[in-house]
Amino acid sequence: MSRIVGRFEETRASGRAALIPYVTAGDPAPEVTVPLLHDLVAAGADLLELGVPFSDPMADGPVIQLACERALAHGTRLRDVLEMVREFRRTDTDTPVVLMGYLNPVERMGHEVFVTAAAEVGVDGVLMVDLPPEESGDLSGLLEQAGLDPIFLVAPTTSEFRLRHVAAAARGFIYYVSLKGVTGSQNLDPAALGARLGAIRAISDLPLGVGFGIRDAATAAAVAQVADAVVVGSAIVRLAEQHPEAPERFRTAAAEVVREMRTAMDASRTAAPAAV
Amino acid sequence: MNEVREAVDWAAFPDMRGHFGPYGGRFVAETLMGALDELQAVYEKYMQDPEFLAELDTDLKQFVGRPSPLYHAERLSRELGGAQVYLKREDLDHTGAHKVNNTIGQALLAQRLGKTRIIAETGAGQHGVATATVAARLGLECVVYMGAEDIQRQSPNVYRMRLLGADVVAVKSGSRTLKDALNEAMRDWVTNVDNTFYIIGTVAGPHPYPAMVRDFQSVIGREARAQHLEMTGRLPDALVACVGGGSNAIGLFHPFLGDPSVEMIGVEAGGEGIATGRHSAPLCAGQPGVLHGNRTYLMEDEDGQIVATHSISAGLDYPGVGPEHAWLKDLGRATYVSVTDEQALRAFHRMTRTEGIIPALETSHAIAHVIDIAPRMRPDQSLIINLSGRGDKDLNTVAALEGMEL
Repeated sequence: MSRIVGRFEETRASGRAALIPYVTAGDPAPEVTVPLLHDLVAAGADLLELGVPFSDPMADGPVIQLACERALAHGTRLRDVLEMVREFRRTDTDTPVVLMGYLNPVERMGHEVFVTAAAEVGVDGVLMVDLPPEESGDLSGLLEQAGLDPIFLVAPTTSEFRLRHVAAAARGFIYYVSLKGVTGSQNLDPAALGARLGAIRAISDLPLGVGFGIRDAATAAAVAQVADAVVVGSAIVRLAEQHPEAPERFRTAAAEVVREMRTAMDASRTAAPAAV
Repeated sequence: MNEVREAVDWAAFPDMRGHFGPYGGRFVAETLMGALDELQAVYEKYMQDPEFLAELDTDLKQFVGRPSPLYHAERLSRELGGAQVYLKREDLDHTGAHKVNNTIGQALLAQRLGKTRIIAETGAGQHGVATATVAARLGLECVVYMGAEDIQRQSPNVYRMRLLGADVVAVKSGSRTLKDALNEAMRDWVTNVDNTFYIIGTVAGPHPYPAMVRDFQSVIGREARAQHLEMTGRLPDALVACVGGGSNAIGLFHPFLGDPSVEMIGVEAGGEGIATGRHSAPLCAGQPGVLHGNRTYLMEDEDGQIVATHSISAGLDYPGVGPEHAWLKDLGRATYVSVTDEQALRAFHRMTRTEGIIPALETSHAIAHVIDIAPRMRPDQSLIINLSGRGDKDLNTVAALEGMEL
């Protein structure tokens, strides 16, 4: 069983939604990333999403674009990101790590070289934003052979026909993009979300993570009532922007956001489920 | 080589999923997949629909001014002393470049899809102007994304777009040029996909754009083929066109793919020289990768990050190229060369003084290559340059290089 599947079994058994923070590797500086990941776990993260910086992050809003630019300015490359996971795994062998990014750095490294290295350093899942299932055959096959989960996105615009296709290709969990837009947008509609997740559950048994519009603890709590996992990215990454010269203050602030979300999410699950 | 040229069924490409051999495809975030399926369906339906095709044809005649002339540049040919040079005069199309052939077609599709808002990216501003023009004519809202640096160097076109009622948004991320404008247009589309039609200006992007834009631009090659046959009784020996994304080149080349005797040469922007690294020539000096929805040749570093490009012409200043060109290069059906800023500038002046035609700086790259090769060909041979756009938009750039301010 993959670490991701195992972790979702645990959170399901304990009746809570998983919290998945996203950070861009190398932002604001490469040496911050591994200590930051440990801080996020200590603050209540169940899984981690580690962003691989890319020069042209087409599906991301300004917050993560700037994070990519900061990371690239420090020379953070895909092989550096893999080394960060290796370093993280020295002291944490439990928390699943998903690499999230764009395909081209992986293309350049070569699918086989990438998958072998990712498996070796302890990556658990790979989500390539610009790689829909139709184009992913080769990479998905290699990932699965290596015991890694190919993670795919489902969007509000995904038809039922496509949903079946994505569900068949996906492993680990399905990442539901909660809104039409780029990361960090602010118009998540919790009411529509519940109905939509129900439709996905009718087709797939995989856990459902929701991301792209989780801006604060209240939104996280609302989403936690209907989703198996809450993914929060821009709300954390924007803190790196606010503390450009003080990485330790960024780490403290990021952990604080995760802790608040954790508390709010757990409280919302304990309380009687509200209509969302 | 002729075996390849005769063996391939060119009409069968791309395949159902938009692949030209290993290139092309559809590499976008899930949110856009539904819209691309919808676009593909409507494009396939209407390209078979006599009523749609008749409307397109009428617009091309009455609004664009087609057919554009094929002009025998006799004085230039005489000076070069070799092949006869013919110019396919896309600079005479309404709005001054070939771009409008495609925006007319896509806007008609947008209408049929019931979309009320049009977005576009633009480099030199020619595609932006062509999009703003058709949006004005059809009464559609129009937003054009343009790199902040390009807004500086192509200010006449920015003003034209604004006169036409378009909202021109300056893109300040990344290298502030065409690729960043494309990123920003994609972000807009993903956000407003319900009411918005994205008119991509070149033969790149996710399927069906490379095929669809090619089909709308192929009118150039169909006319040129018939015109050359009528004027000379034979096919040309070579076709030459500049390649940024590659829409004017594929428009000229495609209808000739089944004519094995016709050479095709795409001219990329060599900038300050390939050896300097400051250029925009992915087919000459890049390698295959994935960007902006398709697999194709790219300019990237060893980590797969897209690198900054350079060209004197904003319209060629792009790190990728249409996937069909990538495929034609690998097959050897077309060849791709590069021309420096300086050579392009000299060709710009020579065409202007010799034939009384001021070409766009993009087009000047193709002219520069012909100035190089035509003297080595025989006077009974001929070649066609796609004169893809007029140079009025570049007067500020050229004057500034010569120390003048207009």
